[in-house]
Amino acid sequence: MREVAIIGVGQNRWGELWGKSIRTVWTEAALEAIDDAGVDHIDAMYVGCMSGGLFVGQEHLGALLADQLGQGPIPGTRVESACASGGLAFRQAYLAVASGAHDIVLASGVEKMTDVDGGAATYALSTAADQEYECYHGITFPGLYAMMARVHMHRFGTTRRQLAQVAVKNHAHGSMNPLAQFPSTVTAEQVEQSVMVADPLRILDCSPITDGAAAVVLVPLDLARRLKKPIVRVAASAHATDAIALHDRQDLAWLASTEKAAELAYGQAKIGPAQLSLVEVHDCFTIAEIMVTEALGLFERGQGGKAAEAGHTALGGKIPVNCSGGLKSKGHPVGATGIAQIREATMQLRGDCGPRQVSKAHWALTQNMGGTGASTVVHIFERG
Amino acid sequence: MIGSARYWREIPQRYRYEAAKCDACGHVHFPPRLVCQKCKGRKFTTTNLALTGVVETFTIIRVAPTGFGDEAPYAVGVIRLDDGVKVTAQITDCDLERLAIGDPVRLEFRRVQQDGESGIICYGYKFVPQQRS
Repeated sequence: MREVAIIGVGQNRWGELWGKSIRTVWTEAALEAIDDAGVDHIDAMYVGCMSGGLFVGQEHLGALLADQLGQGPIPGTRVESACASGGLAFRQAYLAVASGAHDIVLASGVEKMTDVDGGAATYALSTAADQEYECYHGITFPGLYAMMARVHMHRFGTTRRQLAQVAVKNHAHGSMNPLAQFPSTVTAEQVEQSVMVADPLRILDCSPITDGAAAVVLVPLDLARRLKKPIVRVAASAHATDAIALHDRQDLAWLASTEKAAELAYGQAKIGPAQLSLVEVHDCFTIAEIMVTEALGLFERGQGGKAAEAGHTALGGKIPVNCSGGLKSKGHPVGATGIAQIREATMQLRGDCGPRQVSKAHWALTQNMGGTGASTVVHIFERG
Repeated sequence: MIGSARYWREIPQRYRYEAAKCDACGHVHFPPRLVCQKCKGRKFTTTNLALTGVVETFTIIRVAPTGFGDEAPYAVGVIRLDDGVKVTAQITDCDLERLAIGDPVRLEFRRVQQDGESGIICYGYKFVPQQRS
């Protein structure tokens, strides 16, 4: 296997982009990544997208977007793993370069979610859960994470205020990200008084519905050196799965797929969680970030809420989590999220993050999760 | 939208609560699978779910999906049945504000959702707390 590096990143301003189609949103981000890399062509591309069919009635994105980018007839592949589609698209691109199959590969993600109404968007997202044995009974994604939150609170004493602190922190971080959908700051009181969606989760515990795309360019490490690009090395790439239905898991307050993917990734990178400078994690709901920080080994089991409240996960804290603003503030165009996390990690390791820069960043980890944790993709990056 | 074939093929589970017990290790699967989650065994005997259990966790749905709009707020929980099987279903006929983890519940056959104005009326299991709170 060859060593792989990221040499280009791209992302547009996320939000409700009513004036732009899925092809325009995606192509903007892809062009930015290619220009940033300084390459005149790509050999293959991967697109993470959860549900072009349900959101905009468009499948077959590999061919459509390769053509839009002016790169046809290269192989264009669409990758789907619910909200982990972006992370998994990156992993496929990484494997293509590492194996020697391709040299210059674009890993990208896109979701265009605001063409449909709230009910249709909720339905499209719910297809990431077990349709016949979860959704049939009227459960929603906020509801599934609410049930995980209730177990965590019951067993570990995690508090309503600790959940709120995750949202407060991520909006504070997002206020320094010019591409964030909701860069406004919020207070814990605002979170705790926002509309209840599924007890105990309120609307400000939830990530939003977003249009957006992100892209990165991967090449063999020796080619990156010859091109004299700032080196961000892919130190680990791991993927693990779990039962899709929450009720089929042994422990409803533990993300086994994240634990497994992290274990594999730490082994590949030959580091442990203590060496990490920063992490970007899948905070689709506030409770998710708390549980992910535990499964990654950043904090003891059950201590994620207390760590968030103590400020350990804020910029300047013990281990900054979601300096980009996370899904909560930056937005969550599901297929693009995993790629945007990797863009943030790359920019942090290059030192390009301005006011939200983590000082002396050397190792960064990204964790992208599908459903209630049935899929997790973890990557670790090292500054070269 | 739930088509008639898609609805019909789940009837053994939704109406009769049929589960599959692994012949090799005894683990009970609901719904049935072709490969045992525990021991990878492929032979099963049909059995019926236990009809009582406890609330492992729950939420109260305030913003309901299409098909459930008239019913919100309603409770949905993960129930751990006495045979060890966990299922997701609504918890009904109770004071939502007093529902708690560990409450004993009993499985009952109820109407679950309606597929639009002219679609199928969908039935299945819901849970009712045994000691009314």
